[in-house]
Amino acid sequence: MRRWLEGLRELRRYPSAIGGLALIVFLIAVSVYTVIAIPYSQALELWRGGEAWRMHPVNAGPVWVDRLLGGDKPDTTVVRSEDAETRSAAFDGGRQVRIPLSFDYPHDDFPSEINLFLETRDTEREAFVRLRWQTPDGDIIPLGGRRVAREDRISISQNQTLEGRLGMPPHVGLFARSTDAGQPVPDNGRYRLIIDAILFGEDASLEADLVVYGRVHGIAGTDHQRRDLMVALLWGTPVALAFGLLAAVGTTVTTLVIAATGVWFGGLVDATIQRLTEVNIILPVLPVLVMVGTLYSTNIWLMLGVVIALGIFSAGIKMYRAMLLPIRQAPYIEAARAYGAGNARIILRYMIPRILPVLIPTFVTLIPTYVFLEASLAVLGLGDPVLPTWGKVLNDAQTQSALYNGFYYWVIAPALLLMLTGLGFAMFGFALDRVFNPRLRTQ
Amino acid sequence: MSTAPGVASPSRAGSLRDLRRIAAFTARRLVALFLTVMVGVYLTIVIANMGGEVDELRKLQIRSTVAEQVRADPAFADMPAEERNELIQRRVQQQIERRRLDEPFILRSIDYLQQAAVLDLGRAEEMHSDRGSREVYRIIVERLPATLLLFGTANLLVFFVSVFAALRLSRHYGSISDRAVIALAPSSAAPGWFYGIFLILIFAFIVPVLPAGGMVDVPPPDGAWAYAVSVLRHMVLPVAAMFISSIFISIYSWRTFFLIHSSEDYVEMARAKGLPAGMIERRYILRPTLSPIITSFALMLIGLWSGAIILEQVFNWPGLGTLLFQAIGHRDTPVIIGSVVIFAYLLALTVFLLDILYAILDPRVRVGIEGDNQ
Repeated sequence: MRRWLEGLRELRRYPSAIGGLALIVFLIAVSVYTVIAIPYSQALELWRGGEAWRMHPVNAGPVWVDRLLGGDKPDTTVVRSEDAETRSAAFDGGRQVRIPLSFDYPHDDFPSEINLFLETRDTEREAFVRLRWQTPDGDIIPLGGRRVAREDRISISQNQTLEGRLGMPPHVGLFARSTDAGQPVPDNGRYRLIIDAILFGEDASLEADLVVYGRVHGIAGTDHQRRDLMVALLWGTPVALAFGLLAAVGTTVTTLVIAATGVWFGGLVDATIQRLTEVNIILPVLPVLVMVGTLYSTNIWLMLGVVIALGIFSAGIKMYRAMLLPIRQAPYIEAARAYGAGNARIILRYMIPRILPVLIPTFVTLIPTYVFLEASLAVLGLGDPVLPTWGKVLNDAQTQSALYNGFYYWVIAPALLLMLTGLGFAMFGFALDRVFNPRLRTQ
Repeated sequence: MSTAPGVASPSRAGSLRDLRRIAAFTARRLVALFLTVMVGVYLTIVIANMGGEVDELRKLQIRSTVAEQVRADPAFADMPAEERNELIQRRVQQQIERRRLDEPFILRSIDYLQQAAVLDLGRAEEMHSDRGSREVYRIIVERLPATLLLFGTANLLVFFVSVFAALRLSRHYGSISDRAVIALAPSSAAPGWFYGIFLILIFAFIVPVLPAGGMVDVPPPDGAWAYAVSVLRHMVLPVAAMFISSIFISIYSWRTFFLIHSSEDYVEMARAKGLPAGMIERRYILRPTLSPIITSFALMLIGLWSGAIILEQVFNWPGLGTLLFQAIGHRDTPVIIGSVVIFAYLLALTVFLLDILYAILDPRVRVGIEGDNQ
């Protein structure tokens, strides 16, 4: 115990140890926050995508990056009919409703998309809706009319006739200042979408949400399925830490116990373990994982199991064996045997604790290896099918050619988090190595 | 530990005896490694077919493909349903027999092992080589040179640069460059592909000076020189990625290693005799530590074979890794198993070559004392 405390005290002298530890603590704090703020089931639900994200823009960058670079890209504006001054007039068998949805648009770039979500209640037949667009100058652009189902989405930016009329995509054309030529420039001011609806039913009502999708979103931006990348970046942290830690613990502990068993019993047991190790060195870890992932399942816990199974007879056994061999002859082991300690007791209580301090640094530096292994599998498309992880974000980014399309944030954020994890554990591990490995201290 | 005299054995008989011992050692290692590879390959086969689940999947797949074919064929369109089902059943049976899925797994696994031993890896289900062959062996062999070129270059570069840099650093212990290397060593926690992403981002997109991926320009330039230059240009980024990811840790560990060895008594002795620094390095530090250097080089090579897969994927390098990635996409089981087998052989070959080097370099093997080298 004394030795540990002394070691820890000495650690304070290494700035890299402090830095590494700070990073690790930060990552653990993020993990704890994530697990509490977004429960596991909710995270899976969110990451499945779909309707939950319909109000989010596609492939929007982070807000702060844009603002730091001096940009003024629009964020998403949602205008709800609840807040609008709705006028309605009843007629025989139905109601006529006018909803003006107005909003300010102060940005100097165009929105990325415009959608109108409609929900009608208590109608006997499909309602009829006519839309008009009013620019800050007071110009009125008719957007046409159509029948709407109970829950409907009108994609204004997908309106082909409108695009033909405006000569450019609607989400540009509707906001463009009426200039003669050159690049279109957005007009700032108050815009209004006027919805005239005819509802069939005495108590019929209409709710409308106009979504003017921006080009930036939140801290982390969004991906091609409108999902907020923050969910994956946050949830990737506990997953990465858990995977790295469990894999590192699993492989080192089993390897150590097996090496100690081999050394203690010697003879046939030792020889068998040695041969198995040689076979295992020949087995290529990643291809075998790829094979398992392709043929069985890409469940992250199955992968973890395979990683540990392949790591049991790893090359580390040879190293531990070399360290344990002299310990076998040590007088205190002789003493333990004299008082009648069993084989298991000698191995677990006398031999292994002796070399543990030397192993702690190796163990810490092993963690990022496994974190990156998980990411590697995900980048290969063999990530866990449901869990959001950093590697899966990278994989999505790669399949969507994020770099080619200029969505740098999509690659940089998960890569940076991976790097921080790697650096944190590696820096801490290296400092530990210098403190606990007397071999290096003599120089 | 004795210092090795290293050079020149004067008598012819002595060198003959050495040769014989090395040959015997090599033969023993070859047999041992062959058995090891066979066990490894057999394990691979067992994993690949665990519980017969995969067989069931493949049978299902055969059934649906055959049914689809028969239904889509206008020749059978006006056949009565019963007859048609019989036809489907018969064809499925044929396919199953053709792929020998009806035999017990134990028999087939031994069969697979025999085939794998002679590198007969079967036929791919979906993929084919660029020349159009469906033999898994040909598909893989076609990709092998690309992988060897890329990883051979990067590994040799990392190895030589790190050993020589480490020798320099161990002489200037505590200098600024020494401390810089220590500080940078943790950067090796990230694998090559990770740095690759950043390199592509910077040098192919932000400052477009180098190609983002591939092995040669499309279309390939005419003439051997232009071709070589194009390949070299494509190699810069992947090699740089691998170099960055392993150079600092490599220098760091060698430096520590040399530091420990340069404080041995016999080195102090040589220094006390006033031998020049270069000679001390070559004869007293490098020579006796050569075999552990080789061992760790072997381990590094083995580790890098796996890293190859993703790096190649990221750089779109047409090697084994990309092949494996494509095979995952196609769910082409024979190719995946074949790749694992080839990787196992490559690893074994690496180990074997280094064993021979070891035997040549380590005087204890030559004089017949076989200590436990690990």
